Amino acid sequence: MVRLEPRRQHSQAMVYLSPVLAILMTLVVGGIIFAFLGKNPFDALYTFFILPINNSYGISELLVKATPLVIIAVGLAMGFRANVWNIGAEGQLTMGAIFGGGLALYFHDSESILLMPAMFVLGALGGAFWGAIPALLRTRFNANEILTSLMLTYVATLFLSFLVHGPWRNPEGFNFPESRPFPDAGLLPIIYDGTRVHLGTAVAVFVVIAGWLLLSKSVIGFQLRVVGKAPQAARHVGFRQKRMVWFTLLLGGALAGLAGLFEVAGPIGQLQPSISPGYGFTAIIVAFLGRLHPVGILFGGLIMALTYLGGELAQITLGLPNAVTGLFQGILLFFLLACDVLTKYRIRFGSIAAKGRTA
Amino acid sequence: MNASLVKRTLAAVAAVGALATGMGAAQAEDVKVGFVYVGPIGDHGWSYRHDIGRQAIEAELGDAASTSYVESVPEGADAERVIRQMAQTGHNLIFTTSFGYMNPTEKVAKQFPNVKFEHATGYKRADNLSTYAARFYEGRYVAGVIAGKMTKSNVVGYVGSFPIPEVVRGINSFMMGAWSVNPDVEVKVVWANTWYDPGKEGDAAKALIDQGADIMVQHTDSPAPLQVAENRGVLGFGQASDMIKFAPKAQLTAIVDNWDSYYVARAKAVADGTWESMDTWGGIDTGMVEMAPYTNMPDDVKALAEETAAKIASGEFHPFTGPIYDQAGELRVAEGEVADDGMLLGMDWYIQGIDAELPK
Repeated sequence: MVRLEPRRQHSQAMVYLSPVLAILMTLVVGGIIFAFLGKNPFDALYTFFILPINNSYGISELLVKATPLVIIAVGLAMGFRANVWNIGAEGQLTMGAIFGGGLALYFHDSESILLMPAMFVLGALGGAFWGAIPALLRTRFNANEILTSLMLTYVATLFLSFLVHGPWRNPEGFNFPESRPFPDAGLLPIIYDGTRVHLGTAVAVFVVIAGWLLLSKSVIGFQLRVVGKAPQAARHVGFRQKRMVWFTLLLGGALAGLAGLFEVAGPIGQLQPSISPGYGFTAIIVAFLGRLHPVGILFGGLIMALTYLGGELAQITLGLPNAVTGLFQGILLFFLLACDVLTKYRIRFGSIAAKGRTA
Repeated sequence: MNASLVKRTLAAVAAVGALATGMGAAQAEDVKVGFVYVGPIGDHGWSYRHDIGRQAIEAELGDAASTSYVESVPEGADAERVIRQMAQTGHNLIFTTSFGYMNPTEKVAKQFPNVKFEHATGYKRADNLSTYAARFYEGRYVAGVIAGKMTKSNVVGYVGSFPIPEVVRGINSFMMGAWSVNPDVEVKVVWANTWYDPGKEGDAAKALIDQGADIMVQHTDSPAPLQVAENRGVLGFGQASDMIKFAPKAQLTAIVDNWDSYYVARAKAVADGTWESMDTWGGIDTGMVEMAPYTNMPDDVKALAEETAAKIASGEFHPFTGPIYDQAGELRVAEGEVADDGMLLGMDWYIQGIDAELPK
């Protein structure tokens, strides 16, 4: 019989080492899988993890891909720390794109420099609005925000689909389901010429720093941590849990909305039925990979983005199937969770009867 | 295999030394063809058939050509990167096989004037960007004729993907075929709003059969609707590839996409240096649209279907021959005339008699 027994004291260093360990083990297992697929494992791992970023263009694409993941994950991490489980960032992202992108479509002749700041505001508001619904349902009716936020994702993506098939369809687009292209004033400025790195990437860095300061230096950051770790103590000293639910869902929603706006006003340049390959869900993995810490999330986002780029190159140059990307992400998450479990628990062999002696 | 592995390893080592080397060092005279697919190659429909075309290039050109592909590429921000990565890794001919890749293909084509691009089902062209598509509506007319003969309930269920001209044109063509032999047929359309989602497609088919449909037509890419037809004991048509193994008792025929000869010809043109930007819209006559063997139908229906397909192929008959009225009763194609390609490509209206409204 195998049992898990909580460690009385677990190593603080392991909390931060476990993602590194998980990545190393993913590389080893990945190499073994590649070998079974008949590829030279070193060649394959090189293609997967180095080739995508061995030139400046590759690095720029990595930043573009990591931008939405990092922005969303920082927002989600705030909630996760306070035990608020917002699973619907994908929907909040979509609403942000609809609100902010809608403005660009309404003013499609505009050349005003005010358009972009206004799109930022509306994008964040759209996401926050979509986060406010689960917050209201949770605080008023005690409805589980995992379910409500997740289900609202489908509402948001269907709403976007309705808009681009109907009222917002490009009048010159041959009836194809896509909006007009945004005007130049509604497109994010590129910060490095010749790449797709846009203003949103700079905002992502800002979000990481601001998130870090918020968590470590502010009163509300302290409250978040206490509410999550010791809810009864928090109640005792008068921290209001409802306020935390509202704060984290609004903040998480606003950041996801901003990330959605950056996608449509950045690399895509218009509204179309699908604007995100599941960034809102992948960001959940990124948040945990980064230990719910904004700086860790920055690295987690880059690594997760790398698995996408590597998966594409593995297909192009090695002829490996697309499933390899998902496989790598799955293995990584598996090892991360396994490392976490083993950091907090130890494995005991032996029957239950032996418990008294070992404990 | 081994030689290429060594080559790749060497290239990799070289790249470590000089960080910027990358993979751009392919030999100029060899054709390196890249494909971008919207679905998995195992969809048994659209992407699967494109991949068969890719394999045809390898078979025909042998060592003179190498191919690669990326599957399930989302029609969003990622497409541009995948296409650009192909251009950067020495591919000199790149096929992007979904409408949603149009803008990213155009963008990358501008940045790589020496690479040839081919975009399926779109309308933007450039000196190094061709477009190509197939006249599937011809096959749909033949399917309509068969359906008109085979239906007992006079209700046809149609699983649509998106109400874009390609699909609307198919519905119109199908119904004109059906009405040419049976004026009492009516069509019920469900929009799945996806190209590939077996669950959704199957649910749509179930709903249609529950509404009395005894013929299942689909313009989505998985075999799911046809499989539902098989299980519920009604008839149907395969989409994009011969789906007889999924529905041996239900499939009447399938409208098969055959890109093989086009892809081989274009790859050869790049090898010879004769490639030119053009727009190709091939039908039954060019072999781009093929009818799978006619099954599960009496001989007279089979003969009628064969005859119809032959007439379309020879140019003797065009499915969109006037008079054609739209739902508002406006005459769109005059008696004895034939709809021009411009009208067909932008078709966003149902013909008169279809009792449904296009989603607006």
